[in-house]
Amino acid sequence: MEQAEPEASPRLGLYIDRTMQAAAPGTIGDTVFEVEDLNVYYGDFRAVQDATLTVYKHEITAMIGPSGCGKTTVLRCFNRMNDLIPIARVEGRLDFQNVPIYHPRVDPVEVRRRIGMVFQKPNPFPKSIYDNIAFGPRVCGMAKKKSELDGIVERSLNRAALWDEVKDRLKDSALGLSGGQQQRLCIARAIAVDPDVLLMDEPCSALDPIATARIEDLMQEIKNDYTIVIVTHNMQQAARISNRTAFFTAQLDSTTDQRCGLLVEYDRTETIFSNPSDERTENYVTGRFG
Amino acid sequence: MAKARLIGDRTNKMMVQAMERRAADVRGRVFQITLLVTLLISLFILGVLIVDVVVDAWGVLTGRPGGFLSGTMRSLSGDPKLGVQQALVGTFWIAVFVAVLAFPIGIGAAIWLEEYALKNRFTRFIELNIRNLAGVPSIVYGLLGLFLFVNSLGGLTGGKSIASAGITLAILVLPIVIITAQEAIRAVPQGLKEGAYGVGATKWTMIRSQVLPYAAPGIFTGTLLSMSRGIGEAAPLLLVGAVSGRLGSNPGFFDFSAINAEAFMAMPVIIVEWVQNSGRDPGFAEAAAAAIVVLLVFVILINAAAIFLRNHFEKKRG
Repeated sequence: MEQAEPEASPRLGLYIDRTMQAAAPGTIGDTVFEVEDLNVYYGDFRAVQDATLTVYKHEITAMIGPSGCGKTTVLRCFNRMNDLIPIARVEGRLDFQNVPIYHPRVDPVEVRRRIGMVFQKPNPFPKSIYDNIAFGPRVCGMAKKKSELDGIVERSLNRAALWDEVKDRLKDSALGLSGGQQQRLCIARAIAVDPDVLLMDEPCSALDPIATARIEDLMQEIKNDYTIVIVTHNMQQAARISNRTAFFTAQLDSTTDQRCGLLVEYDRTETIFSNPSDERTENYVTGRFG
Repeated sequence: MAKARLIGDRTNKMMVQAMERRAADVRGRVFQITLLVTLLISLFILGVLIVDVVVDAWGVLTGRPGGFLSGTMRSLSGDPKLGVQQALVGTFWIAVFVAVLAFPIGIGAAIWLEEYALKNRFTRFIELNIRNLAGVPSIVYGLLGLFLFVNSLGGLTGGKSIASAGITLAILVLPIVIITAQEAIRAVPQGLKEGAYGVGATKWTMIRSQVLPYAAPGIFTGTLLSMSRGIGEAAPLLLVGAVSGRLGSNPGFFDFSAINAEAFMAMPVIIVEWVQNSGRDPGFAEAAAAAIVVLLVFVILINAAAIFLRNHFEKKRG
């Protein structure tokens, strides 16, 4: 895996000092995201308040919580997808391998190439299966020759456990695939550009249990190569697949009378589900609330 | 047992009564018939128009269709060389001007408004004014064309020329092109855009690879329909100086020197001209009807192209 070596990047020159200090032996490479006091606003509305958590490499980190608790908002901060919403504003520290990705000199396009995303609703492009996978490598200029591109497409589809099902119809429209196949195609599309992290926003909520099980197996297989952050409504899913779990809830802000997302507790998944330290977490994971 | 049966039967009867169809839904029926009648009225008017025009034009259309298409303007309706050739050339080149000017400018403006412009007051003000422009009477555009392209820029356009008329009509349809293209672009699913961004596409790559292909059917349909509206306009052309009597020459379809020559004719104007002439020479009524049929066919061809392109790009979009 690629180590963060920001001193090799002249564009981040201003941040070399800080990065070098942070890059003490044994720390770099273990953490992928360091989030501290993250606040996200949509206009005047504060959607997430003071979230602090660390995402570790080659782990699956789950974010659970009731609707409107800000978990998807936090996920979309990780690859600056919130930039697409003009009124969204992000404050606080959010470092990806010691690079502060909201620094004005960081290119969000490069961030998104390294931090891939799989969305709630499968969103294949209305193109062929091959062109769906090849889209990312093409726009990133990863393959010079057709044979290289063919190799990337096959590898990506293999990793996403879809190759055997589609290898004879790569030229067919991706829209002809079933929902579960489409979602695996989207995973293959995301890993085709060789990202470090995969963000998954409720990737199974539109799928049946069998397709869900396949995606979960797939996540277990690929987590040795990627770091995965997943938002899920399904607590069993979080318990089954994740190493760490963050529990968010929506809390009424007494000063503004608005509901605001709050990170209640973040710990190893066993702890969250068996011995949580916060009463709200316990109520949620035992089904007494939400 | 018997009691249970009784209750069962009674419940069943109540259920049957409750679920039985009531009296006929009179209001719903009346509404449905009213809607059908409105549709039939529109179709009937259209049918009467077409039949009326075709019947009037029948003599010319069946008698000498080729001669009418290749003939030129004459002072007498009985002249065997009477025809619409000059007007067809004019309308054809006006359509080319609209396509070359209004389409790229309009589609570009629509992309900027939908994808780049900040959603603030200024943008809303611009959008409001584009909508207002779409409602401005065409004669006003004719005045603009007369002052700007015929008089001020006469050196470039050749004055009362096809170029002036084409630019004027391009500006006339520009707001409609922008609005229809904007609507097509707005209909592109957010998921496609996010999917493209998610693998490291830049904004321009995302627009080129996802937004434009997805919006293409809508854009082509809208722009071509606006073109067929534009080339049917007579009022602005009368102001920018489509002429009648002194158009002696007979330019070919690809005679480029005719584009900024100081004299041209167009289909809508020749129809006006001949209808006026029919007062002194009743035979021109027949010629006018035939010219209307020719213009209708021209417009139908453009609309057919719109449908063809839409189907083509929809198929490509999958």
